[in-house]
Amino acid sequence: MSTPILIAPAFKYGNDINTDYIIAGKYKFQSTDMKAMAVHAMEELDPDYYDKLQQAGGGFLVAGTNFGCGSSREQAPLVLLNAGTKAVLAKSFARIFFRNAINTGLPVVICDTDQIDAGDELRLDLATGVVHNNIKGDSLTFAPLPPVMTQLLEDGGLAAHIRKHGTFAFEKEQK
Amino acid sequence: MPGQTIAEKIFSRHGGHDVYADDIVIADVDFVMGQDGTSPLAIKALAAMGFENKVFDPTKVALVIDHSSPSPLEGVSALHKQMRDFAAASGARLYDVGCGVCHQLLPEQGHVVPGDLVVGCDSHTCTYGALNVFSTGVGSTDGAAAMATGKLWFKVPRTIKVIFTGTLPKGVFAKDLILYLTGQLGADGATYEALEFSGPVIDTLSVEARMTISNMAIELGAKAGLMVADDKTLEWVAAHGTRESHPVAPDPDAIYERTVEIDVSDLAPQIACPHTVDNVVPLSDLPPTPIAEGVLGTCTNGRLEDFAIAAHIIKGHKLAPGVRLVVAPASKDIFLDAIAAGFIQTFIEAGACIVTPGCGPCVGTHNGVPSDGENVISTANRNFKGRMGNSNAFIYLGSPATVAASVLAGHINDPRPYFE
Repeated sequence: MSTPILIAPAFKYGNDINTDYIIAGKYKFQSTDMKAMAVHAMEELDPDYYDKLQQAGGGFLVAGTNFGCGSSREQAPLVLLNAGTKAVLAKSFARIFFRNAINTGLPVVICDTDQIDAGDELRLDLATGVVHNNIKGDSLTFAPLPPVMTQLLEDGGLAAHIRKHGTFAFEKEQK
Repeated sequence: MPGQTIAEKIFSRHGGHDVYADDIVIADVDFVMGQDGTSPLAIKALAAMGFENKVFDPTKVALVIDHSSPSPLEGVSALHKQMRDFAAASGARLYDVGCGVCHQLLPEQGHVVPGDLVVGCDSHTCTYGALNVFSTGVGSTDGAAAMATGKLWFKVPRTIKVIFTGTLPKGVFAKDLILYLTGQLGADGATYEALEFSGPVIDTLSVEARMTISNMAIELGAKAGLMVADDKTLEWVAAHGTRESHPVAPDPDAIYERTVEIDVSDLAPQIACPHTVDNVVPLSDLPPTPIAEGVLGTCTNGRLEDFAIAAHIIKGHKLAPGVRLVVAPASKDIFLDAIAAGFIQTFIEAGACIVTPGCGPCVGTHNGVPSDGENVISTANRNFKGRMGNSNAFIYLGSPATVAASVLAGHINDPRPYFE
């Protein structure tokens, strides 16, 4: 898989960030235009999230534990992507959000985010599993995705996988 | 081979070979559901998969218009129309405006039975765990893949066994019990895991009350909230449909991640305070909390038994001055039964308003968005900041009894005196 190396500043938030905070219910029922909805990304926690990422030319969303808890809305990873989020780095993720992110092409990285401060410039290499902190000079490593998820990404996401094979076709089914 | 949990057994049956926790399995699903917040993206994803307007089996797919229903806005109306057009073209079942909440309709209309594997594009799909169904919430693209192929890939979850012992005190209900557990284990206390609820307290609860507990499994991050099917379950299922059940019970030597045992005999009514569901305190520890709005309903507590409990408290009384009460029956059938039982008249005479069967004001789309600074006491399952459409309001969660006692008092109020 060809995963580019991503470089951007970190935007840091706390624990248990739920999908209502990522995109509120009052917006998500009205449209499937994710570009238009992206201006409301993270609005509950940081009304300037969209503007900040636009000014920075993109950024990493860095959080604590249980990122993406709550509702199953796939609009959550989609608005983050459309707001210019290059990846989400968190200590842990809620289950449905993690799958949705992979299915929609938003990289998600589980690592010790205590060592990252807001404004740090990060260099993320998904292929080797390394986050380098260009400000602090240190690096964090993270475990690769499960083989099933890697294969989905290689095929271009879940929709492309089904289009290509007509059904699920994992070569690496077992753990 | 070692014994299996309920989750391991259901995935083994649906995957065609024995699987255990942490295995990855491609499994056949028995039913797939989408609601109006998630179906439009699933319809798009189906087209991207090469399955435009096609589903693997139209009798096993349902779309439910419940979250923003009837439509309050043009944009919502356009998405509802997409769902209707898709249902007409694909043959999938459509539950239109007024039918009720997806999580009430799937069991009530006989779509899901014990032993099933079910996915829904809504996080509270875990509700049917109370009926011995492994049901779990997925995103729209996963839901679309299941609608297209009849299959989905899963990681078989580890299971936490939760045993409730003792006897629930009068005026304390299933909602208090699951709120207490959420407070104890936390919002990520069961992430990636299944909960298996058991013990004498579960045995004594009605199927409706059990659904309240399984409904909130996701609030602990769990993938499912499972129970065995007993005679009550099988009778309930037989009364609601014709599909054959295949109940599964865990093996005595099944391996659990851990076991949590809770004696409920001294449990007080519980309140989840703003702005997280695991911010739970006994009602008696709450400082005086005036309320402006009460909500009775939703997939957590919008069933007939919930209305009976609330009506018992409210009958013959009026809402406190300055307090409004929004009642949302979880389905049309429940609405009709509640009318026949006189509950709806009780609520209206007290000063409540009744809204369309569906999600009511829970998701912040319509039906009772609170004002700045207002407190809401609700039977729903989430109290996140902005959840009900206003970031400057405060949502407290409690049982139907607590909501009823509170709307009469004008502040969050202990319902236990009404049951003495």
